Amino acid sequence: MADETRTTTAEAPASTERSDRPERPERPAERSGDRSGDRRGPRPGGPGGRGDGGRKYFRRKKVCKFCVEKIEAINYKDVRLLAQFVAESGKIVPRRLTGVCTPHQRRLSTAIKQARNIALLPFAGRAS
Amino acid sequence: MNRTYELMFIVRPDMVEEDLDKLISTLESQVTTSGGTVKNVERMGKRRLAYVVRRFADGMYILLTVEGSGDMIHELERRLRVTEPVIKFLTVRTDEEDKRLDKIKKIRESRKKAPPAAPVETGGEGAAVTA
Repeated sequence: MADETRTTTAEAPASTERSDRPERPERPAERSGDRSGDRRGPRPGGPGGRGDGGRKYFRRKKVCKFCVEKIEAINYKDVRLLAQFVAESGKIVPRRLTGVCTPHQRRLSTAIKQARNIALLPFAGRAS
Repeated sequence: MNRTYELMFIVRPDMVEEDLDKLISTLESQVTTSGGTVKNVERMGKRRLAYVVRRFADGMYILLTVEGSGDMIHELERRLRVTEPVIKFLTVRTDEEDKRLDKIKKIRESRKKAPPAAPVETGGEGAAVTA
Protein backbone atom coordinates (compact mmCIF):
# COMPACT_ATOMS: atom_id res chain seq x y z
CA MET A 1 0.00 0.00 0.00
CA ALA A 2 2.77 2.38 0.89
CA ASP A 3 4.62 1.61 -2.28
CA GLU A 4 1.58 2.31 -4.36
CA THR A 5 1.07 5.73 -2.86
CA ARG A 6 4.68 6.70 -3.42
CA THR A 7 4.78 5.94 -7.11
CA THR A 8 3.00 8.74 -8.87
CA THR A 9 3.87 7.48 -12.30
CA ALA A 10 0.96 5.30 -13.22
CA GLU A 11 -2.62 6.23 -12.69
CA ALA A 12 -3.48 2.58 -12.95
CA PRO A 13 -2.85 1.87 -9.28
CA ALA A 14 -5.08 4.80 -8.35
CA SER A 15 -7.87 3.54 -10.51
CA THR A 16 -7.55 0.07 -9.12
CA GLU A 17 -7.78 1.50 -5.64
CA ARG A 18 -10.97 3.24 -6.56
CA SER A 19 -12.45 0.15 -8.00
CA ASP A 20 -11.35 -1.72 -4.92
CA ARG A 21 -13.23 0.59 -2.61
CA PRO A 22 -16.78 -0.31 -3.51
CA GLU A 23 -15.77 -3.93 -3.29
CA ARG A 24 -14.33 -3.85 0.16
CA PRO A 25 -17.25 -2.55 2.18
CA GLU A 26 -19.59 -4.84 0.35
CA ARG A 27 -17.66 -7.87 1.42
CA PRO A 28 -18.25 -7.48 5.13
CA ALA A 29 -21.87 -6.71 4.38
CA GLU A 30 -22.22 -9.94 2.53
CA ARG A 31 -20.43 -11.84 5.19
CA SER A 32 -22.45 -10.59 8.09
CA GLY A 33 -25.70 -10.91 6.30
CA ASP A 34 -28.14 -8.06 6.28
CA ARG A 35 -26.33 -5.08 7.67
CA SER A 36 -27.95 -1.66 7.47
CA GLY A 37 -27.01 0.48 4.53
CA ASP A 38 -24.99 2.82 6.71
CA ARG A 39 -22.05 0.51 6.62
CA ARG A 40 -21.67 0.91 2.89
CA GLY A 41 -18.88 3.26 2.01
CA PRO A 42 -19.32 6.77 0.66
CA ARG A 43 -22.96 7.67 0.13
CA PRO A 44 -23.57 9.30 -3.19
CA GLY A 45 -23.95 13.07 -2.79
CA GLY A 46 -26.98 13.81 -0.74
CA PRO A 47 -26.29 15.30 2.70
CA GLY A 48 -22.63 15.30 1.89
CA GLY A 49 -21.59 12.59 4.29
CA ARG A 50 -23.08 14.27 7.33
CA GLY A 51 -24.57 11.64 9.55
CA ASP A 52 -27.09 13.79 11.26
CA GLY A 53 -27.58 11.50 14.20
CA GLY A 54 -29.87 9.08 12.46
CA ARG A 55 -32.06 11.64 10.68
CA LYS A 56 -33.09 11.02 7.14
CA TYR A 57 -31.64 13.10 4.37
CA PHE A 58 -31.92 16.80 4.17
CA ARG A 59 -31.58 19.26 6.93
CA ARG A 60 -31.76 22.89 5.86
CA LYS A 61 -28.24 24.20 5.75
CA LYS A 62 -27.53 25.83 9.08
CA VAL A 63 -25.07 28.66 8.94
CA CYS A 64 -22.58 29.54 11.60
CA LYS A 65 -23.89 32.54 13.48
CA PHE A 66 -20.41 33.85 14.12
CA CYS A 67 -19.36 33.65 10.51
CA VAL A 68 -22.47 35.40 9.30
CA GLU A 69 -22.43 38.23 11.79
CA LYS A 70 -18.66 38.43 11.67
CA ILE A 71 -18.31 38.20 15.42
CA GLU A 72 -14.66 37.55 15.95
CA ALA A 73 -14.15 37.92 19.66
CA ILE A 74 -15.94 35.28 21.67
CA ASN A 75 -15.32 36.45 25.19
CA TYR A 76 -16.17 34.60 28.36
CA LYS A 77 -17.65 37.83 29.70
CA ASP A 78 -20.64 38.19 27.37
CA VAL A 79 -22.91 35.74 29.08
CA ARG A 80 -25.90 36.51 26.92
CA LEU A 81 -24.10 35.40 23.79
CA LEU A 82 -22.75 32.29 25.43
CA ALA A 83 -26.04 31.36 27.03
CA GLN A 84 -27.56 30.92 23.56
CA PHE A 85 -25.30 27.93 23.03
CA VAL A 86 -25.89 26.35 26.40
CA ALA A 87 -28.79 23.98 26.99
CA GLU A 88 -31.27 24.19 29.84
CA SER A 89 -29.26 21.64 31.74
CA GLY A 90 -26.15 23.79 31.40
CA LYS A 91 -24.53 21.52 28.83
CA ILE A 92 -22.78 22.92 25.77
CA VAL A 93 -24.96 22.32 22.73
CA PRO A 94 -23.25 20.25 20.01
CA ARG A 95 -22.48 22.06 16.82
CA ARG A 96 -24.61 19.84 14.67
CA LEU A 97 -27.62 21.39 16.37
CA THR A 98 -26.47 24.97 16.38
CA GLY A 99 -24.71 24.97 13.03
CA VAL A 100 -21.59 26.65 14.34
CA CYS A 101 -18.42 26.03 12.38
CA THR A 102 -15.58 24.11 13.97
CA PRO A 103 -13.09 26.89 14.84
CA HIS A 104 -15.84 28.98 16.35
CA GLN A 105 -17.21 26.04 18.25
CA ARG A 106 -13.81 25.43 19.77
CA ARG A 107 -13.48 29.04 20.87
CA LEU A 108 -17.03 29.07 22.11
CA SER A 109 -16.41 25.95 24.11
CA THR A 110 -13.31 27.46 25.73
CA ALA A 111 -15.19 30.63 26.53
CA ILE A 112 -18.08 28.72 28.08
CA LYS A 113 -15.69 26.73 30.22
CA GLN A 114 -13.97 29.91 31.38
CA ALA A 115 -17.32 31.47 32.18
CA ARG A 116 -18.27 28.39 34.17
CA ASN A 117 -15.11 28.69 36.18
CA ILE A 118 -15.83 32.26 37.15
CA ALA A 119 -19.46 31.48 38.05
CA LEU A 120 -20.99 33.36 35.15
CA LEU A 121 -22.49 30.18 33.81
CA PRO A 122 -23.46 27.11 35.78
CA PHE A 123 -21.82 23.75 35.44
CA ALA A 124 -25.18 22.05 35.73
CA GLY A 125 -28.65 23.44 36.06
CA ARG A 126 -30.50 26.39 34.60
CA ALA A 127 -28.47 29.39 33.51
CA SER A 128 -30.01 32.18 35.58
CA MET B 1 7.09 41.74 29.46
CA ASN B 2 4.49 42.55 26.88
CA ARG B 3 1.98 39.95 27.99
CA THR B 4 -1.48 41.24 28.59
CA TYR B 5 -3.66 39.52 31.14
CA GLU B 6 -7.22 39.87 32.26
CA LEU B 7 -7.67 39.05 35.88
CA MET B 8 -11.23 38.70 37.00
CA PHE B 9 -12.00 38.04 40.59
CA ILE B 10 -15.07 37.84 42.76
CA VAL B 11 -15.23 39.46 46.15
CA ARG B 12 -17.77 38.56 48.79
CA PRO B 13 -20.87 40.77 48.53
CA ASP B 14 -20.86 42.00 52.10
CA MET B 15 -17.59 43.80 51.68
CA VAL B 16 -17.25 47.50 52.36
CA GLU B 17 -16.38 49.84 49.51
CA GLU B 18 -13.26 51.21 51.13
CA ASP B 19 -11.90 47.77 51.88
CA LEU B 20 -12.41 46.94 48.28
CA ASP B 21 -10.55 50.06 47.23
CA LYS B 22 -7.75 49.15 49.57
CA LEU B 23 -7.55 45.70 48.11
CA ILE B 24 -7.46 46.99 44.56
CA SER B 25 -4.80 49.55 45.34
CA THR B 26 -2.71 46.85 47.01
CA LEU B 27 -2.94 44.77 43.88
CA GLU B 28 -2.09 47.74 41.70
CA SER B 29 0.97 48.57 43.73
CA GLN B 30 2.01 44.95 43.53
CA VAL B 31 1.76 45.16 39.77
CA THR B 32 3.87 48.29 39.54
CA THR B 33 6.51 46.97 41.90
CA SER B 34 6.90 43.88 39.77
CA GLY B 35 7.41 46.11 36.78
CA GLY B 36 4.06 45.86 35.09
CA THR B 37 1.35 48.32 34.23
CA VAL B 38 -2.29 48.37 35.15
CA LYS B 39 -4.29 49.14 32.06
CA ASN B 40 -7.78 49.12 33.42
CA VAL B 41 -9.82 48.42 36.50
CA GLU B 42 -13.46 47.70 35.98
CA ARG B 43 -15.91 47.06 38.73
CA MET B 44 -18.68 45.09 37.24
CA GLY B 45 -20.83 45.36 40.31
CA LYS B 46 -22.79 42.84 42.23
CA ARG B 47 -24.01 39.87 40.27
CA ARG B 48 -25.81 36.71 41.07
CA LEU B 49 -23.47 33.76 40.91
CA ALA B 50 -24.43 30.82 38.77
CA TYR B 51 -23.69 28.45 41.63
CA VAL B 52 -22.94 28.75 45.29
CA VAL B 53 -19.34 29.58 46.03
CA ARG B 54 -18.29 29.32 49.65
CA ARG B 55 -21.88 29.69 50.79
CA PHE B 56 -22.35 32.95 48.83
CA ALA B 57 -25.01 33.38 46.17
CA ASP B 58 -23.90 36.84 44.97
CA GLY B 59 -20.58 38.49 44.52
CA MET B 60 -18.86 41.67 43.41
CA TYR B 61 -17.03 41.17 40.15
CA ILE B 62 -13.86 43.10 39.44
CA LEU B 63 -11.91 42.98 36.23
CA LEU B 64 -8.29 43.99 36.16
CA THR B 65 -6.42 44.35 32.89
CA VAL B 66 -2.70 44.30 33.43
CA GLU B 67 0.42 44.06 31.39
CA GLY B 68 3.45 42.27 32.68
CA SER B 69 5.29 39.02 33.00
CA GLY B 70 4.13 35.63 34.12
CA ASP B 71 5.90 35.93 37.45
CA MET B 72 3.90 38.98 38.27
CA ILE B 73 0.68 37.11 37.68
CA HIS B 74 1.97 34.28 39.81
CA GLU B 75 2.49 36.69 42.65
CA LEU B 76 -0.87 38.35 42.15
CA GLU B 77 -2.68 35.06 42.17
CA ARG B 78 -0.87 33.98 45.29
CA ARG B 79 -2.07 37.11 47.02
CA LEU B 80 -5.59 36.64 45.82
CA ARG B 81 -5.65 33.10 47.06
CA VAL B 82 -4.62 34.26 50.50
CA THR B 83 -6.96 37.25 50.65
CA GLU B 84 -10.02 36.25 52.58
CA PRO B 85 -12.73 38.32 50.82
CA VAL B 86 -11.76 37.05 47.37
CA ILE B 87 -13.76 33.92 46.69
CA LYS B 88 -12.84 33.17 43.09
CA PHE B 89 -10.47 34.42 40.44
CA LEU B 90 -9.63 33.71 36.84
CA THR B 91 -6.66 34.88 34.81
CA VAL B 92 -6.77 34.89 31.05
CA ARG B 93 -3.90 35.78 28.83
CA THR B 94 -5.14 38.07 26.07
CA ASP B 95 -2.22 39.35 24.02
CA GLU B 96 -2.32 36.59 21.43
CA GLU B 97 -6.05 37.02 21.04
CA ASP B 98 -5.68 40.78 20.68
CA LYS B 99 -3.03 40.28 18.05
CA ARG B 100 -5.33 37.99 16.11
CA LEU B 101 -8.21 40.43 16.32
CA ASP B 102 -6.05 43.30 15.15
CA LYS B 103 -4.88 41.26 12.22
CA ILE B 104 -8.43 40.48 11.22
CA LYS B 105 -9.44 44.10 11.54
CA LYS B 106 -6.56 45.19 9.34
CA ILE B 107 -7.40 42.63 6.70
CA ARG B 108 -11.01 43.72 6.71
CA GLU B 109 -10.09 47.37 6.43
CA SER B 110 -7.70 46.77 3.59
CA ARG B 111 -10.38 44.76 1.81
CA LYS B 112 -12.87 47.57 2.18
CA LYS B 113 -10.49 50.12 0.73
CA ALA B 114 -9.15 48.04 -2.14
CA PRO B 115 -12.23 47.18 -4.24
CA PRO B 116 -14.10 50.52 -4.32
CA ALA B 117 -11.12 52.71 -5.28
CA ALA B 118 -7.65 52.08 -6.56
CA PRO B 119 -5.34 51.48 -3.61
CA VAL B 120 -3.84 54.93 -3.64
CA GLU B 121 -2.27 56.13 -0.44
CA THR B 122 -2.84 59.81 -1.13
CA GLY B 123 -6.34 61.08 -0.46
CA GLY B 124 -9.35 61.30 -2.70
CA GLU B 125 -7.82 64.04 -4.76
CA GLY B 126 -5.00 61.82 -5.81
CA ALA B 127 -7.48 59.25 -7.02
CA ALA B 128 -9.38 61.86 -8.96
CA VAL B 129 -6.23 63.05 -10.63
CA THR B 130 -5.15 59.59 -11.64
CA ALA B 131 -8.65 58.75 -12.83
